[in-house]
Amino acid sequence: MTVSLDTLVARIPDGAMLVVPADYSGVAVAATRALIARGVRGLHLLAAPTSGIQADLLIAAGCVATMEAAGVTLGEFGTAPAFNAAVRAGNIRMLDSTCPAIHAALNAAEKGLPFIPLRGLIGSDVLRHRPDWRVMQNPFAEAPDPIVLLPALRPDVALFHAAAADREGNVWVGRRRELAVMAHAARRTLVTVERVLETCFFDREELVAGVLPALYVEAVAVAERGAWPLGIDEAYAPDAAALARYAAGTLFPARLAA
Amino acid sequence: MDDAVLIAALAGLIGTAGHVATGALSPIPMAAAMLARRRSGGRMRVTVLGSRRSNRFTDGAKELFDCAAQGRLDVFFLSGAQIDGEANINLLSVGDYARPTQRFSGSFGAPYLYMLVPRVILFRPGHDRRALVPRVDFVSAPGWSAPEVYRPGGPAALVTGRCVFDWRRAERRFALRSVHPGETAAGVRAATGFDYSEPDAVAQTELPDAALRAEISDVVARDVAETYPQFAATFGGQGFDGAAQGARPAL
Repeated sequence: MTVSLDTLVARIPDGAMLVVPADYSGVAVAATRALIARGVRGLHLLAAPTSGIQADLLIAAGCVATMEAAGVTLGEFGTAPAFNAAVRAGNIRMLDSTCPAIHAALNAAEKGLPFIPLRGLIGSDVLRHRPDWRVMQNPFAEAPDPIVLLPALRPDVALFHAAAADREGNVWVGRRRELAVMAHAARRTLVTVERVLETCFFDREELVAGVLPALYVEAVAVAERGAWPLGIDEAYAPDAAALARYAAGTLFPARLAA
Repeated sequence: MDDAVLIAALAGLIGTAGHVATGALSPIPMAAAMLARRRSGGRMRVTVLGSRRSNRFTDGAKELFDCAAQGRLDVFFLSGAQIDGEANINLLSVGDYARPTQRFSGSFGAPYLYMLVPRVILFRPGHDRRALVPRVDFVSAPGWSAPEVYRPGGPAALVTGRCVFDWRRAERRFALRSVHPGETAAGVRAATGFDYSEPDAVAQTELPDAALRAEISDVVARDVAETYPQFAATFGGQGFDGAAQGARPAL
């Protein structure tokens, strides 16, 4: 069940649709750097629903063909430099989305549904630039009631970082339920953790609601400080100095550019 | 720019809402929401994205959006790199969509929340003709919708570093409510790229007295610092980099 970091990322094939969480929710940065080192190409990177340094690193290294996100940003440290340059130059295919659309389309996939309706969005240019989204009349309404339909998003692989797994491979996600949604929706889920505990979370009733069962997890690798320079709720805060250096282009050599 | 003026003005616009939420990178709206909560005697619920202490959601990142669709959220804040006279907001890019001259982070939750939250307060500290434009280059979210479109929500007001505009829904245009201390109606007109209504005599936005300033400083130190330590550390100092911050989305 527990594998090395290199073995873990070897399970992400070129061209995969890879879903990753937002910066606050456990980003597998160490695994991302291992993935870049292995030279992955042609990813459809799906941010659920936004991304920061992780997307920027992958784009800088030429790993991304398609970026799908509601936002890509370094937050208070500014815009994501490689992402912004790639969009302006037309070097990646950008599928601009909105947070609730990504959440809803993953909810559709975890239910095995082909599509899901969502309120809002009508009149937005986000919708206008998404020919894969549809607007239809609510079939249950007598009065005109247009509503947006979104195709389900079923990623090939979900990748995230969490504080701990237990000896059975159950993963603690706590209040970060969006990680469970990603894992339910994706065909395969790969997780890095700070540590593996010699326990079973299901023996502790007060923990169970915050656990992603091993049922959904294909492999776990231990990566201490695996979210750095981002943080992980239970273990460490984001490293503001390192993120500022990343934004200034001086954290990693040439931003690991390939 | 005087952050305390903006915080007091936003808190006044929040009024007596039951549930107010603020998005990412929104220290001034968060401070305003916390001030409004104090005035409510603690009855107002405030949800702050990016906070652990001021966030009582347990169902994942989707819960805010579900909550809005259920009608359990009364006030939210949005911004725009560009905002036009029909209250359309642009959080995405300037220039041609396929090859933009300027690209921002993205539209985040705006295309949804702008339509579902009853009172959305637009907050855009930087106020010039590049920001307040005749027509946005990209509509992240529209200011108004055709009658058949389900839309319980929409804009309520626009607060900038120079003034407060009310949104007049029936007329589909902004109306100048007040200019901040040191600004004039003519100055606002010159800095605004879209047309709007203006009363014969324009009021001045309330200048917080010493007691209110002390209360705001206390709110920032007690409630805002956990989520925005950098903002709290510099509050009351050099003011606020409105142009840079305003280009960032509120969610």
